[in-house]
Amino acid sequence: MTNLLVWPVLLSLAAALGTLIAPSNAARIATVAAALSLWSVLLLLSAVIAEGPQWLILGGWPQGLGIALHADPLSALFLLMSAAVCLAATIFARRYVEHSRYRSQFWPLWLLLQTAIYALLLAADLFNIYVTLELLGLSAVTLSALGGSRAAVQAAVNYLILGLLGSLLFLAGIALIYGRYASLDLQLLARVVEPGPSLWVAMALMTAGLVLKSALFPLHFWLPAVHANAPAPVSAVLSALVVKVAFYLIMRLWLDLFNPAVMSTAADLFGVFGALAIVWGSWQAMFTARLKLLAAYSSIAQLGYLFLFLSLVLVMPEGEDRQLLLGALVLFALSHGFAKSALFLAAGTVQQYAGHDRIAELRGVAGQLPLTFFSLGLAGVALIGLPPSGSFLAKWQLLSTTLLAGQWYWVAVVVVGSLMACVYMFRVLSVAFGEEGVATQRIHSRREELPTLALAVTATLILGLGGVWVWRVLDVGAAGGLG
Amino acid sequence: MSAGLNHWLLPLILGSSLIPAVLIFCLAEDNSRLRTVLNLAGAVAKMLLVGVMIWGVFNEQIYETRWTFAPGMDLVLHADALSVLFVTLSTVLWLLTTVYAIGYLKKTAHRSRFFGFFCLCVTATVGLALAGNLFTFVVFYELLTLATYPLVAHKGTAEAIRGARIYLAYTLSGGLLLLVGAVWLRAIAGPLEFSQGGILGSIAGLDPDTLSWIFLLLIAGLGVKAALFPLHGWLPQAMVAPAPVSALLHAVAVVKAGAFGIVRVVYDVYGVEFAADLGVLLPLGVIAAVTIIYGSIKALGQDNLKKRLAYSTISQVSYIALGTAILGPSATVGGLVHLVHQGLMKITLFFAAGNYAETLGVHHISAMDGVGRRMPGTTLAFTIGALGMIGIPPVAGFISKWYLGIGAAEAGALFWVMPVLLASSVLNAGYFLPILYRAWFKPASADWASEEPHRGRFETQGMLLWPPVITAGLALMTGLFAGAPFSPLEWVQLIAVREYR
Repeated sequence: MTNLLVWPVLLSLAAALGTLIAPSNAARIATVAAALSLWSVLLLLSAVIAEGPQWLILGGWPQGLGIALHADPLSALFLLMSAAVCLAATIFARRYVEHSRYRSQFWPLWLLLQTAIYALLLAADLFNIYVTLELLGLSAVTLSALGGSRAAVQAAVNYLILGLLGSLLFLAGIALIYGRYASLDLQLLARVVEPGPSLWVAMALMTAGLVLKSALFPLHFWLPAVHANAPAPVSAVLSALVVKVAFYLIMRLWLDLFNPAVMSTAADLFGVFGALAIVWGSWQAMFTARLKLLAAYSSIAQLGYLFLFLSLVLVMPEGEDRQLLLGALVLFALSHGFAKSALFLAAGTVQQYAGHDRIAELRGVAGQLPLTFFSLGLAGVALIGLPPSGSFLAKWQLLSTTLLAGQWYWVAVVVVGSLMACVYMFRVLSVAFGEEGVATQRIHSRREELPTLALAVTATLILGLGGVWVWRVLDVGAAGGLG
Repeated sequence: MSAGLNHWLLPLILGSSLIPAVLIFCLAEDNSRLRTVLNLAGAVAKMLLVGVMIWGVFNEQIYETRWTFAPGMDLVLHADALSVLFVTLSTVLWLLTTVYAIGYLKKTAHRSRFFGFFCLCVTATVGLALAGNLFTFVVFYELLTLATYPLVAHKGTAEAIRGARIYLAYTLSGGLLLLVGAVWLRAIAGPLEFSQGGILGSIAGLDPDTLSWIFLLLIAGLGVKAALFPLHGWLPQAMVAPAPVSALLHAVAVVKAGAFGIVRVVYDVYGVEFAADLGVLLPLGVIAAVTIIYGSIKALGQDNLKKRLAYSTISQVSYIALGTAILGPSATVGGLVHLVHQGLMKITLFFAAGNYAETLGVHHISAMDGVGRRMPGTTLAFTIGALGMIGIPPVAGFISKWYLGIGAAEAGALFWVMPVLLASSVLNAGYFLPILYRAWFKPASADWASEEPHRGRFETQGMLLWPPVITAGLALMTGLFAGAPFSPLEWVQLIAVREYR
């Protein structure tokens, strides 16, 4: 069943071409492709659970030469999140872009972005990763500029330049690795890498490139403008998936490839910058005037948590505790993916409905969009980390680990970060209780609010009540993995 | 009884309010008939299921349901004698409050939202009562915060939104303290399943200092909802909520959740004897005593009726913490039985206050002259509640204070507990008796300006009149027949026996 691996990529790519050939049916093609991708990812995940990690080497070349695809529980879970978020965002986008000027450009790029996400998560060698990373960056930049406003274009240009800089750093690291070990295959490399100056430099370069792309404080500065000015479905995917696959790569490389060379100082650095990101991102979100900007700043904070998790996982000895924390990390990442995309879609509905997204002036909108605000509330529960969301379970594990290790400073960061998240989320939710009417821009239908609700319910109820499943799936791969 | 029912009984009890909540959210605003049916069907179904549970627990039947959230984190629903006490109180008062709320909110906006969250609020409260370990308790404790926030903010005025924000700021911060304490304790001591007599005493190798710090975190987290001084600041602000919400918040849902949590932590996690050895009970008792006096003094100065009642709640709920903090079965009985007694009396007072506001437009005590003649049923109920609060026999409040006094004597703490009890009773009399005097004996000072023209046969709508009359009757009967089987007092004595054996 190894050919399952190609389907998500192939379907999205074919659909991207299809939308160019038949632009009038583009929305339909995209929806079908997204649904089929999700289906194939589910099949892939069940194969991974049943048989262990899946491999595919395209074109029959010996390992190390051809394009290799690989899926283990970690990548399969990220694929599942990506496919589900993409499907919901696609359904949402059908109505969102229906009357826009950029309708014809949107769909091919949108599908190309999905192709890049799936290909990146499945890539098994460094060069492949580099190529998909470029594809991802370019399609994301173009999509984010589609809104066409001055601010959006300016932000996209910055995004482009910084993205290219990140890719260059990453490429330089790859070159060093190739020069030293004459291979780019992750599995082969994992067996031969040894600590030493050349590996450290390569690690530093690749990590710097990826950190820039995943917007870790203080390299986050490009993110708010991009995510706040892109069309809502694009923002959802950028915030929920695009920055997160860059984080996924960091995790993959540090856990599987650089593992022998991990120094606790480097891990601590992730933690320190993660903590700064939590505080700084939340602080900005507390005071920003616009809903989409709030969501973007909240992403910076939430990514900070992921880096904090990672720094703790990296220095833990192999064993049950590490596996527990790793599971919590993944659960947190998934919850954030669903919750943040729900938040951006809700913001998109509000913006189209009210004509703006200035939080202070939204009083009364909630009465007309109850479902959207309900989804906002559910997403907020997951972003704060309250029960019954998946991130509550993850935070519990994080607190437990840090308390046992006596790391008070991290406990304080998590507590303060959660309180700040309460402040910025309830700032939005409190406008739900008011009677002042607003001038409506257009009639909306209940149906377009449903994808948002589905995402929020997944983050808060499904991942919360079924959180143990994530740990179980990861345990399947604990023995295997890339190493 | 079949094994299937034993397994499903507790989820069904939760479901009997959770399912109506979800359905009500989906209802159209003007579909008030179906909404009423759903509300009442849920409340009655819960009552029947709880009846089955009471019988089972009395016969030492074990009801337990587990659901694994994460490795080592189980959601456990478990019915013991203590949970039965709180579940029964919540269920009975939910039914009455629902009836009251339907009458109170007739023809106002956003009723689907209101009753949806109202059902969720009860679900969270019952979940708290049935929680079988600290993790589950934390989950429902936070859910309760989330479910009550929209109720406090319901009116949507600037004042309501401000009150709700203050409420959230306190309760979410408290929730985080509780969370940190619970995670910490879970990390060093294992799953923390509640068990009568406590669990920490039997675990070797725990550092007493750490345990004291965790106790502080837990009590601080719970103390916010229980409105212990100085964490009580949200309660007077939350008075902006509609009357049925205030009634439920003060009698069962929020304030009691905090007090119930304190009881759980002291008795079933630490174990009361172990906690006494740690030396953490005395500070708790002192804080409770301070809160009792402070709340009463503040209540004296309020002219707004609901505000006076709010400060009275701060004072009265701390009797539960006080009873918990004194070592000995009689004090336990006094504290626990007050959980029920205060609930019955306080909900009566709030229903009555709501009736004055709704029927006559009277919000302030200074405007209550002569209301007794205009609304005799409501005022009689109010009187019974107020006398009970002061501790006059045979109303229920007397029983609580009696056992607290005996408990203090047994524990040798009489020298500081007795003055507190006496002072509190004097203060209670000081802020309740003038109201009764005005209501019954002063002539009506004005025509009732905003009097509702269509009040029907009674002094006000039937749905507003009967709930306070019934709860006042219950408060009187639990006092009169305190020795009867299945009375709260009897049940609490059963709990006390199990805690100290």
